Amino acid sequence: MRNLVALGLIIWCSAVWSQEWEDRKLFNTEDAATNIRIISSTDTDLFAPLVDAFVSQNPDVSIEYLVTGTADINHRFRASPEAFDIVISSAMDLQFKLTNDGFALNLDGVTHPAWAQWRQSLFAFTSEPAAIVIKRSEFAGHPIPRSRQELIEALRSRPEVFKGRIGTYDVRQSGLGYLFATQDARASETFWRLMEVMGGLDVQLYCCSGEMIDDLTDGKIAVAYNVLGSYAEARPESRETLEIILPSDFPTTMLRTAFVSKTSSEPAAAKRFLEFLLSTQSNRTGNIRSLPPLIDQTAGVEGSKITLEPTLMTFLDTLKRNKFLAEWENALIHN
Amino acid sequence: MTNKVATSGSLRNRLVFTLIGGAAVLALLFFFVVRSFSVQIAQQGQDNILLASATSMLDAAAIRNSTIELDLPYSAFSMLSTQADDRIFYAILQDGKFLSGYEDLVGVDASSSNTPTFKTSFVRGAKVRIISASRTLIGASERTEIQIILAQTQDDLSKTLDQISRNAAFLGFGFFALTSALSFWATSATIGQLGKLTKSVTRRGPQDLRPFKRSVPKEMGPLVSSLNSLMGRLDQSLSQSEDFIAEAAHRVRTPLATVRSYADATLQRVDKEENREAMRSMIKAIDESSRAAGQLLDHAMITFRADHLVREEINLVELTRDLVERLTPIAEMKDLSLALHSDDQVIYKGDPVLIQNAVRNLIDNAMKYGPMESTIEIFVSRVPSPSVTVCDNGPGFPVGEIESLTTRFQRGENSKDIVGSGLGLTIARDVALAHGGNIHLENKLEGGACVTLSL
Repeated sequence: MRNLVALGLIIWCSAVWSQEWEDRKLFNTEDAATNIRIISSTDTDLFAPLVDAFVSQNPDVSIEYLVTGTADINHRFRASPEAFDIVISSAMDLQFKLTNDGFALNLDGVTHPAWAQWRQSLFAFTSEPAAIVIKRSEFAGHPIPRSRQELIEALRSRPEVFKGRIGTYDVRQSGLGYLFATQDARASETFWRLMEVMGGLDVQLYCCSGEMIDDLTDGKIAVAYNVLGSYAEARPESRETLEIILPSDFPTTMLRTAFVSKTSSEPAAAKRFLEFLLSTQSNRTGNIRSLPPLIDQTAGVEGSKITLEPTLMTFLDTLKRNKFLAEWENALIHN
Repeated sequence: MTNKVATSGSLRNRLVFTLIGGAAVLALLFFFVVRSFSVQIAQQGQDNILLASATSMLDAAAIRNSTIELDLPYSAFSMLSTQADDRIFYAILQDGKFLSGYEDLVGVDASSSNTPTFKTSFVRGAKVRIISASRTLIGASERTEIQIILAQTQDDLSKTLDQISRNAAFLGFGFFALTSALSFWATSATIGQLGKLTKSVTRRGPQDLRPFKRSVPKEMGPLVSSLNSLMGRLDQSLSQSEDFIAEAAHRVRTPLATVRSYADATLQRVDKEENREAMRSMIKAIDESSRAAGQLLDHAMITFRADHLVREEINLVELTRDLVERLTPIAEMKDLSLALHSDDQVIYKGDPVLIQNAVRNLIDNAMKYGPMESTIEIFVSRVPSPSVTVCDNGPGFPVGEIESLTTRFQRGENSKDIVGSGLGLTIARDVALAHGGNIHLENKLEGGACVTLSL
């Protein structure tokens, strides 16, 4: 009886464990001596080719790949940092703060350009711009907006088409959405005008890029703002119907970052994986790459890049965040 | 002559150690002063930035609708960005109550004075510089105090300091090396002057007691002048004693000549054989004395002339032939003959009086030791150097004494019954030395002695 209860408990626990993740995948479980756990915000489809390539070169390592939202990564990792070896997230600000708070392991000997790393602990491995993704069919016969200002005009001119059919991140739930919104707000007042227009058109809020693209592909929404272009590009069925627009007024580019946990039980294997990740992503000729490469942004347009600097912590301040969220809700949500 | 001088320590070592030690101390001092200054300056720089950041944060605080709003400025963190990616911790407090930021900073600095305070402490295992600054906000109905505690790690600072320290160390070491080389040079240049003086003292001939005329550094002036006055006194007393000897010899010689002539006359008148024998011994003793007196005079003269050597061109053959002619009567009295073998002429630049004297002494010696009815051979040759060789058929030099025979008043073992003072060879040697030459003594294989005066 007791055994049964224990078994039941185990099954229940593992069920809860797997339910709590958006996705969970094991790589190379058969003959691996060491196991590393990666907690990530990147969709498994996008990341799997990289992991496959790594385990084929390193058969002694197995990888458990766990996917959840950026804000959730922050919570879970802070709660039990020893449970994970590598943390990968698109929310640069949260990753930065984790590093500043001392959760990241200092990896000596990893060579990476200075602008793409912080304290030899936090490493950027992609450059991904925030994009406006539209459904082509909805803009047939109309000019395609190339900037935020043009998007505002397009939305205003046909409110009947876009009412309830605009999607963007719920910045209260999504770390990446919050990062994009705060960077936009810092760059230009246009952001707030756009938010007000979207609020007036009954905007749909999403937790993640994936769902937003899904709804866009299905035609539930016509425009997705501040979504990751890489997610849209990754879907073959979306390529025909969707158009990815990088706003010409000020593109906001995010760096996807990774670090090894200071309390990792397998720091050597984790470092090996991180080095593999960085070299694959920096090497432009690599053919196993499924993620956007890391591009030197130092030559980019002023204001477009989000740099790995202490300023990332500014909008994470409780008072500042509360103020920003209040303004955001004020602009976007009309009761 | 090489008696050991008692020495204590070395002037050179003392100088070198003092200078190098001083340089090392100065270099170390330089390093530490530069380092401590740069620590101060670097810390001041970090403090200034922290203060500016905290001030900009405090300035962003405002009371709106009775609640505190602090719109953290982007620049507050942007200015804290460093090359070494320093970590930042901050806390915002209202009347001591935590509002936002890092809660573990609360209590690190409890001071709530209006002037910002700085301190160095540890946060999350990292060494940080902490600033605590506060500002009082006055609303419609209430007063409230906002405090900012801001901390930054010191990685960049220590990197900068390391670099400065390294440069200061290089500079200090360079300074030290340069000073060491300089002190070696200065020391050897200083000691070198002493060495030069020593060398010029050593190089002097045994008779050379002239004062030093070459200019020396001021500090060595007293040494040289007292050396000069010492030599002056020595010279004076030497020449006094030479004068005395010459004077004494001269005074003795004349009465001796008188005594000898009386003794000769007396010998003619005395008939008793034993008295005649006594007279003969007396004459022999008188001869010996007058000869010694003569040689002493010669020697004094040679000493004087050797000091003031006058060189003129002379023909050694002619000089020797003159001597042989003059001495032939004396030789015949002793049943000896003199034979001169020579080149046509041997021209040499030297003091004729001295050389004549030396050669006469050599011939004298040969006549003294040569047996009756023998020939004294005299050779004058040009090669390898101008020289005069006098050979007799006498007993030769006692083996083992050849080296010591030329010292003053030294006579050979086998000369007991022969009149002589022992000055002959000494005179010849002094003359040779004065001309930069020497004399050479040897025994002939078939018996007899040869003396070569080479110039």
